[in-house]
Amino acid sequence: MRVKKFIPLFAFVLLTGLLFRGLSIDPTALPAARLGQPFPPFAQPELLSGDEISDAALTSKPALVNVWATWCYSCRVEHPYLLSLAEQGIPIYGLNYKDDSAKARDWLEQLGDPYRLNIVDVEGSVGLDLGVYGAPETYVLDADGYIVHRHVGVLDEGVFTRDFSRWFPVAATSESMPAAGGRL
Amino acid sequence: MIPELGHVALIIAFVLAMGLAVVPLWGTMRHDIAAMNMAPSLALGVTVFVGMAFALLATSFLQDDFSVAVVAANSNSLLPPIFKFSALWGNHEGSLLLWVLILSGWMTAVAYFSRGLPLEMVARVLSVMGMIAVGFLAFSLLTSNPFERLLPNTPLDGNDLNPLLQDPGLIIHPPLLYMGYVGLSVPFAFAIAALLGGRLDASWARWSRPWTNVAWGFLSLGIMLGSWWAYYELGWGGWWFWDPVENASFMPWLMGTALVHSLAATEKRGVFRSWTVLLAIFAFSLSLLGTFLVRSGVLTSVHAFASDPERGLFILIFLALVVGGSLLLYALRAPSVASRVSYTGVSRESLLMVNNLVFTVATIVVLLGTLFPLVMDAFSLGKYSVGPPYFNAVFVPLMALVMPFMTAGPLSRWREDSAKRWLHELLMPGVGVLVVALVLASLGRDGFNIWIALAVLLAGWVALGVIKDLWRRIASAPDGELKWRRLTPSFMGMTLAHLGFAAVVLGAVVVTQGNQERDLRMAVGDVEELGGYRFELLRLGQQAGPNYLAEQAVFEVTRDGQIIAGLVPEKRRYFASGQIMTEAAIDASLWRDLYIALGEPIGEDAWAVRLQYKPMVRWLWLGSLMIGLGALVTALDRRYRSQAVRKPVPTSGVAGLAG
Repeated sequence: MRVKKFIPLFAFVLLTGLLFRGLSIDPTALPAARLGQPFPPFAQPELLSGDEISDAALTSKPALVNVWATWCYSCRVEHPYLLSLAEQGIPIYGLNYKDDSAKARDWLEQLGDPYRLNIVDVEGSVGLDLGVYGAPETYVLDADGYIVHRHVGVLDEGVFTRDFSRWFPVAATSESMPAAGGRL
Repeated sequence: MIPELGHVALIIAFVLAMGLAVVPLWGTMRHDIAAMNMAPSLALGVTVFVGMAFALLATSFLQDDFSVAVVAANSNSLLPPIFKFSALWGNHEGSLLLWVLILSGWMTAVAYFSRGLPLEMVARVLSVMGMIAVGFLAFSLLTSNPFERLLPNTPLDGNDLNPLLQDPGLIIHPPLLYMGYVGLSVPFAFAIAALLGGRLDASWARWSRPWTNVAWGFLSLGIMLGSWWAYYELGWGGWWFWDPVENASFMPWLMGTALVHSLAATEKRGVFRSWTVLLAIFAFSLSLLGTFLVRSGVLTSVHAFASDPERGLFILIFLALVVGGSLLLYALRAPSVASRVSYTGVSRESLLMVNNLVFTVATIVVLLGTLFPLVMDAFSLGKYSVGPPYFNAVFVPLMALVMPFMTAGPLSRWREDSAKRWLHELLMPGVGVLVVALVLASLGRDGFNIWIALAVLLAGWVALGVIKDLWRRIASAPDGELKWRRLTPSFMGMTLAHLGFAAVVLGAVVVTQGNQERDLRMAVGDVEELGGYRFELLRLGQQAGPNYLAEQAVFEVTRDGQIIAGLVPEKRRYFASGQIMTEAAIDASLWRDLYIALGEPIGEDAWAVRLQYKPMVRWLWLGSLMIGLGALVTALDRRYRSQAVRKPVPTSGVAGLAG
């Protein structure tokens, strides 16, 4: 009879173990298919010029590759931050993912253009090679052009300082504003 | 200076809370009346200093002191003053301070209203609450100091409050929700005090019952406001998303629903004693678990706080201590002997047991769905997200199952009743409602709808049962005189809450089944029809707000040539953050809402527009309001106020009154 009274406690101990394990997992961390490998080769049009470009066009490194689309609400949220990064001289390449190119051009015209160039990926084939999960996503290419980091979701200053700044030490020190706080 | 004063006040509150956690409890062991008598004053002291800290942080917000980190991150000089104030709890650090403030408020209320209770009980209850306050104050001071300064790099202006939170609903939603969340610590503290004292009788149930009802009522109101806010502010007209953060508040509510009913049985009949204690522990544990889930970052949600593993670890350790300690205490001290009170299978006790079973299972089901992604991730089995299909598939049948029992509940008698009598009471209303349900469900646009028929049947049956009970109560005197005085607050509250539940069920089913929506491209002069209403886009315009610029579309809604409403949905761009917000326009009424939200602009003079016709959606919140108010009304019952006078309970060892 007594043992029965311990059941809730045992169940709770199991739950605590699970929650403890959960603390060490980042729910947004997804395995990047190409982590540690070069950017996948591609031949796609550029968004504004319309010229065909290849992976050789990604010349400035280290750089960010930002996956975005006009249908993605969060991309709008992170856009001002991308602009400020670009102002600080960090090269950002865009991957306009499964988007309408006309809308994407309007977007850049209205909201500003932080990108060195934009790879048009209407069918999502580059995204497939890259292992894109959804927009927005941001990849770091190191000085040798290898993909060294992947961030899923909105890129903001807190994320940048924590996970990106080691590749871009200049940007990390020039900011004094705190990261945007929590939301309810 | 002001933030530093606030910090000091918070530290003093922490020290006083330590005293509250230790001294009165030590007093109960040593039978030291003086030590026990310190509990109310210490509780008041904690409240005063937490209140000071809160007021000082509010001052920093109102004075635009951007040297304070949370102010800089969450406010802006252009923000209207009321939102500068509510921005205080629109972030992790500030909302934690609100949490502690409300906890200390509950402590003081318990100290004040429990002057008639045995001193030992009051001392234990307040000490337990003091321990919780110690944990949360330490959490605030060690990991989430709201008074942290940004020196010397003080920004010139703040980052602004998230535009989603710049809304009147969000001024009162968190305080109400926390009143409920934190209020569940009171029945928890009573349960732990009863376990500590080894006195699990009907009296502790009677003492903690009004507190439980009030906390649960606030929780109902808080959840209702959250749902209402999501409906009009997120811009797509949904009212419940089974999001992990929503679930975090919903699980304590479900468990609280079981507790409220189980306490009734324990108070009136002395049954389910161990079970009720366990429910009280569970309900508050789920509050703490919710806090953990929202603030630790283990689950992804659209509206979790910016998370931090260090904070997560702190809450987890605290959770382990509080819940683990309570469950251990329960295992060691809960009475394992079945209560001597007997009841038959057909009685009010067994109906309350059905309620308890259903709501406990519902809690477990929601908990499993919420934690499933975490479980799979923990065992590296992949990334999952559990969505509405799972929750609806398991939750809706459970609620449908409980409703027939709910009809019989208020009519039933304690200890022993007969199924024949229930049949006699409920058959005629049942048949009547069945006919009404079949007729109403056939009147719809798309012919007969079985779900609406079921909803009308179940909700109507519950409502009729309640009304019949009400009538029987006031009209049963042989002289035909109406006995209004028999309508005690606890009876009226229960009636109101049950009617509210029926209204929520009806509203939820009808709006889910009868919702009509269209996504359109509309230019100036375009006319569209939906749900019998004619929507005309008259013109486009711009409007400047205090800290945003809005694109507006002006609609006129008519029906049969009559003007129904002018609706002006907006797309706002907030200056400080550059965020774009959809501000839906809604024409609300009891039977239907008309809902217009702007999507994206298409070219020069056209917008992507979403029109929605939502029948009876208001019933959801009206019903929740009735549930919440009903719960609050029950606490006015005379028998809770006069309890000490009518039933003095002798204490073991020391007999004395606090105060």
